[in-house]
Amino acid sequence: MSYLEYNTKFVPTGLRKLWYLNWPVIMLLTAVACAGFLMLYSVAGGSTNPWMEPQMKRFAAGMVLMIVVAMVPIWFWRNMAFVAFGGSLLLLLAVEFFGEVNMGAQRWINLGFMRLQPSELTKITMVMFLAAYYDWLPNNKTSHPFWVALPVLFILAPTVLVLNQPDLGTALLLLMGGATVMFLAGVHWAYFATVIGAGVGGIVAVFQSRGTPWQLLKDYQYRRIDTFLDPANDPLGAGYHITQAKIALGSGGWTGRGFMQGTQSRLNFLPEKHTDFIFTTLAEEFGFVGAFGLLVLYLLIVGFCVISALSNRDRFASLLTLGIAMTFFLFFAVNMAMVTGLAPVVGVPLPLVSYGGSAMLVLLVAFGLVQSAHVHKPR
Amino acid sequence: MKRSPKDVAESARTISRRALVMGGVQLGVIGALGLRLQAMQVEQADQFRLLAEENRINIRLLPPARGLIFDRNGIPIAANEQNYRVVMVSEDAGDIGEVLAKLTQLVEIDPADLTRAMDEMQTQMQRGSPFVPVTIADRLSWEDVARINLNTPTLPGVSAEVGLSRVYPWGADLAHVVGYVGPVSSYDLSRIDDADPLLQIPRFQIGKTGAENKLEHTLRGSAGDRRIEVNAAGRIMRELDRREGTPGEDVQLTIDSRLQSYVQARLDGESAGAVVIDLENGDLRAVASAPAFDPNLFVRGISTKDWTALNEDKYRPLAAKAVQGTYPPGSTFKMVAALAAMEDGVVAPDETVYCPGFTDVFNIRFHCWKGGGHGNINLHESLKQSCDCYYYEIAQRVGIDKMAVMARKLGLGIKHDLPLSAVAAGLAPDKEWKSSVRGEDWRIGDTVNASIGQGYVLASPLQLAVMTARIATGHEIKPRLVRLIDGVEQPSGRGESLGLNENTLRRIRASMTDVCNHRRGTAYGSRITADEYKMAGKTGTSQVRRITPEERAAGVTKNEDLPWERRDHALFVGYAPSDNPRYAVSVVVEHGGGGSRAAAPIARDIILQAQYGGPPPLEAYPSSVRDRIAAQQERINARIPPGSKGLGRA
Repeated sequence: MSYLEYNTKFVPTGLRKLWYLNWPVIMLLTAVACAGFLMLYSVAGGSTNPWMEPQMKRFAAGMVLMIVVAMVPIWFWRNMAFVAFGGSLLLLLAVEFFGEVNMGAQRWINLGFMRLQPSELTKITMVMFLAAYYDWLPNNKTSHPFWVALPVLFILAPTVLVLNQPDLGTALLLLMGGATVMFLAGVHWAYFATVIGAGVGGIVAVFQSRGTPWQLLKDYQYRRIDTFLDPANDPLGAGYHITQAKIALGSGGWTGRGFMQGTQSRLNFLPEKHTDFIFTTLAEEFGFVGAFGLLVLYLLIVGFCVISALSNRDRFASLLTLGIAMTFFLFFAVNMAMVTGLAPVVGVPLPLVSYGGSAMLVLLVAFGLVQSAHVHKPR
Repeated sequence: MKRSPKDVAESARTISRRALVMGGVQLGVIGALGLRLQAMQVEQADQFRLLAEENRINIRLLPPARGLIFDRNGIPIAANEQNYRVVMVSEDAGDIGEVLAKLTQLVEIDPADLTRAMDEMQTQMQRGSPFVPVTIADRLSWEDVARINLNTPTLPGVSAEVGLSRVYPWGADLAHVVGYVGPVSSYDLSRIDDADPLLQIPRFQIGKTGAENKLEHTLRGSAGDRRIEVNAAGRIMRELDRREGTPGEDVQLTIDSRLQSYVQARLDGESAGAVVIDLENGDLRAVASAPAFDPNLFVRGISTKDWTALNEDKYRPLAAKAVQGTYPPGSTFKMVAALAAMEDGVVAPDETVYCPGFTDVFNIRFHCWKGGGHGNINLHESLKQSCDCYYYEIAQRVGIDKMAVMARKLGLGIKHDLPLSAVAAGLAPDKEWKSSVRGEDWRIGDTVNASIGQGYVLASPLQLAVMTARIATGHEIKPRLVRLIDGVEQPSGRGESLGLNENTLRRIRASMTDVCNHRRGTAYGSRITADEYKMAGKTGTSQVRRITPEERAAGVTKNEDLPWERRDHALFVGYAPSDNPRYAVSVVVEHGGGGSRAAAPIARDIILQAQYGGPPPLEAYPSSVRDRIAAQQERINARIPPGSKGLGRA
């Protein structure tokens, strides 16, 4: 897009662009990040080290990066979408061969100045790419089988690579994120109905066939699925973590046990308390009020993004904003479902709150794109 | 190129529509999450709070100090000793090997202990708890502890700790009475129905035998506890509160440890049991079984070698023969037969019975010990000379059932209630017993056998002492082992009068006095010459084998020529002073031969020791034996009991 494509009444330029940033979103992001700093301070036993301080620095850097990205006109990013997505795929491939193994998974690539997790990057670049794809594709071809199959391939490529790392959580997020953009772009209902129907049917077939002569999977695979779906079956292994997380969460009560008073996190009963399970510490120390408050903050971020997207006439900007908002939503919803025991533990961090460098930077860059779309929307 | 406004508008409409659907789904998901949070944090909060508390709070028991056991004079016979041990926390130690090397230079440590400690530290580290202290060596001396404390700066992670462990200062002398403690085993837990959480403490010491076992609940005390906060790895973060337990109650026994020690020494070399009972209150002054064992061995954990040695000894050191061993009482049972017959009136004290040296009962010949017979003999002479035929006759007249009733009245065939392991009930047989237990009819021959304490009759040294005590006093003397519990006097063992004919009792006592003091008495050789300390008693010799008619014809084999296991048991029961009884004593020497020769001298020495409250003067003995007694006293005095550490030996 460029402004030339639309009839515009007014175009912000130079530093005046700052005025047209989506400030509510910036405020909300900062608020959520501050909740994260507080929790990182708490889980470190009342210390800014080792987590809170680096996290704050990264957030500051991320905010600067976000503003920089926001200042760049959105059509530049649209033109970069293909390159960015291609680059991500190459990085994913590179991880496959040169990546660092950590905690049993090969996810990181060392860039010298930082360790990058290309799968994080891919989540955003894929949304960018799909938005650009549907911006380019004439409306009437959106539901044409060929033009549907093409983006499906582009979604499956990174998904398979990520699944191979292995990182089931991110793979699922990629799949769902991509499907969301396709859905928003107006791909016909029937495709989604068919895929969902086939998926459900496949799962039912797998489970129904258990114990019958035409059993589809091996017994040990079923046992693995059992543990995955219900970790309580394995109380000392995977079940230990989720049980402890639920105890922490539940023991928070209405108003929580008080800042730094959560026994579950302070005494190390919680697993991964500074990353994937940080929400349980918050819920334990600030109770239902705190936990639901954070949920509302997240919801507001998504809401403001949706408003911004719907008020944007540009197809790319609109799809990109919605896609990023949806990815963001998937992040925190899956994480919360996971720690509350509603979903299996798949290893998805809580956006902006969990400790982690590349996830935070990538997310803020993504919100930079949202801001750019907001600033540069045709008015 | 401008976009067509129509396309833009249509695209915006599609996106808006789809975005609204998405938004609806999102709100649904958020609603579900919110409900889930509400359910967990509001509705089930209490339940989860409880689980969180259970997670973080550990209750550690504080074992109470075990109650002490004293003898009647307040001398400790089971005490608690401070036990120093050196422990190491591997995470504080840095280089474990280096620290241990330094430690072994300072104190001597068994290499086996060292390897065990190393292994344990490895396990703790693998378990992710390198903060758990591991005991490296136990039972260190105070000098070792001082040396370790002095060198603390060069021994990171090493510290000395103090605990209590049980010690028995009198060693083997009181082994069968106090018993011993040991770490609670899974067998103990399966056997006893006790919900005391203390038993769950690993290696908690409980009484295994003897008074330690039977008075366990008095001695143990109750657990204190401390509530501590632990983290997920089990590391102690802080103590929340602490409640001290109640120490066990102290117990004073009726045992006179010095007398007990003397009796053990006197029995040394024999397989024997002896009991001394105080007639005033039934106090057991000494309950000795020889040989004995050192109970301290068991507290520390007995070695296989020691255990095998104790188990394979044919003298059975582990058996408490004084209360647990039952023997045919032999002639010491004759008082029972006599009393039963006299009380029943089937024979008068002065009535004589002719003893030709044997009695035929339905074609079976029962022999008197004296082949030539005693001729016409009355009650007095029959006891004094221990004539058998007299009793064959009166027993047939009175019958077994009345004899059994009298036996029980005198404390035989019943289990006395004492806090000791395996107190035997013995056996006072009657017709009903034989038909119900053996399924056979009682025969008259059984009665004849029982009259002289053979056949089915069985009694323990304790029961024989009680019997003697009851004959000597005419009262129902009940043996008492515990004098005070936590300072509270326990009921006296002197019971009501037995209601026996006083005249009969007097005659029997006179006969028993003559047994020891008349020239023709069977225990004349073991008389006491000091007038106020004179002893009365009865010898007994019980066969453990049948003498066949052929053997009798060829001449009965002398005991000395038989293997030890086939020799007769030697028994003696007595009391003193004869005219004003104060102590009763019983001695059983397993396979010791004749009662007058093997058991009576021991009983005399013991009862003298009891009466004088220490070594008696030689004047108490007949002049002919004084030299031998002097040598014997010297020998016994030189024997310091193992582990007594000279306590109360003034």
